[in-house]
Amino acid sequence: MHAFVVDLVSTLSTAGYLFIVSAGLTLVFGAMRVINLAHGSFYMYGAFLVTTLVGASSGARFWWAVPACAVAIGAVGAVVELGVMRRLYRSEHLTQLLATFGLLLIFADLALRLWGTGARTVSSPSPFQGRITIAGATFPSYDIAITVVAVLVGVGLWAMLTRTVVGWRIRAVVSDPEALAATGTNTHLLLTVVFALGAGLAGLAGAIVAPQTSIAPGIDQAIIVSAFIVTVIGGLGSIAGTALGAVLIGVAQTLGTRYAPNWASTVIYVVLIAVLAVRPWGLLGAAER
Amino acid sequence: MILDIQDLHVYYGESHVIQGISLEMDRGEAVALLGRNGAGKTTTMRAVAGLTPCARGRVRFDGQDITRWPAYRTARRGLSFVPSGRRAFDTLTVRQNLDLAARAWRFPRRGWDVARVLKVFPLLEELSGRRAGHLSGGEQQMLKIARGLLANPELLILDEPTEGLSPAVVKDLGRWLDLLRGEGLSILVTEQNALFALAHADRGYVLEKGRIRFASDASSLRSSDEIRSYLGVARLA
Repeated sequence: MHAFVVDLVSTLSTAGYLFIVSAGLTLVFGAMRVINLAHGSFYMYGAFLVTTLVGASSGARFWWAVPACAVAIGAVGAVVELGVMRRLYRSEHLTQLLATFGLLLIFADLALRLWGTGARTVSSPSPFQGRITIAGATFPSYDIAITVVAVLVGVGLWAMLTRTVVGWRIRAVVSDPEALAATGTNTHLLLTVVFALGAGLAGLAGAIVAPQTSIAPGIDQAIIVSAFIVTVIGGLGSIAGTALGAVLIGVAQTLGTRYAPNWASTVIYVVLIAVLAVRPWGLLGAAER
Repeated sequence: MILDIQDLHVYYGESHVIQGISLEMDRGEAVALLGRNGAGKTTTMRAVAGLTPCARGRVRFDGQDITRWPAYRTARRGLSFVPSGRRAFDTLTVRQNLDLAARAWRFPRRGWDVARVLKVFPLLEELSGRRAGHLSGGEQQMLKIARGLLANPELLILDEPTEGLSPAVVKDLGRWLDLLRGEGLSILVTEQNALFALAHADRGYVLEKGRIRFASDASSLRSSDEIRSYLGVARLA
């Protein structure tokens, strides 16, 4: 029972950071119909950047470093949108994919120059280094912190998309960008904002997960595969679906690692295939028109 | 002059779809742009609104050159383009569609706000919590016109407004157009339904293969046999 509860919390924290990354990916896909393969690069840069900002010191700087990473990576995203993505909206899907793949390679090489080839680590701030005991079970308190942040991000995105005019505009640009422009909204600026927001979420996820992982070249590609699976399972473009997908993959990963370590990486693909066999457009996605 | 189009040319890729259209419209006029399917009516209006690039020529709106302006700027300047077909923001509610349009920009206050729009279209008040994607064609048309009015335009452009509407709704549409004309709003309508458009317009232009073939006042266009047969309109018994 005890092990089960600990697994559950660890599952939630995995689901949590997967959700934050994937929400950014699905938001960008929803608004722009582009799968951004460089989305994982934003995640990796968030993780590397937090190691630079926090340095060798203990976790004290971590508090402001995490939001700073989200903002900085969001700004990088805005530059990428203005410089590259904007020219591709009328292109074919293959062209868009190749361009974002190119970005992934460029970002990966640049990261080698900036941060080298070795693995880096960073420690979490002291209040979260211990374990806490709830109802007789102890678990790493940082897992709970990640879960809480993910829930806040999810609620924040939901409130933005359903309660604010900016959120309505983002949903309107998904269904009809031309009609939105004809009502006076600068859709180009809106897409820059959406892309920056997506990148910022990836940067936030990278920064927040950094104390739990070893940060090394290659995590960009690992995370884009996971995030892509999460969003496809949930239904591309659906934030709620992404949350569901993240929980499913979190469970599959944690249980897989514990009970069938040799098969752990296979399990998530099995989940993907099972979901797509039943609902080809994902759990909460709409069938393409 | 509210709208002054001079020698407009538009290409889709290689094909030269608009081949030198000139059209002038005074403030407060209602003008119909007629022609068969594929004559270039919609393309002309999209080019004026800034949704399709103009290759050559000039578009002036209220004296200002807007030829190269993007759509959101022409909308903010007071040219409201209402596209044809099911173009409501599907996943938003009716009310959100309206609020979005009302707050998209600090439009100069020329008297249209959400409350007034709901007074003119009371059905939208009843439907306000409904998802726009679930509306009927006529209800969507009403919503699109309401959205267009919330931009507080000086010129309202309606692209094929009767397309897909039942005869009863087309009649309603005619009433709305007359009401807006009564307010002194300048209206430009593209239509395949020539009789409908001419019944609610002061003047009309007939397009053929990207050029203007006839231009005259609405009543003489309606009574001209040549134009009636050209547009495929049967003589009224």
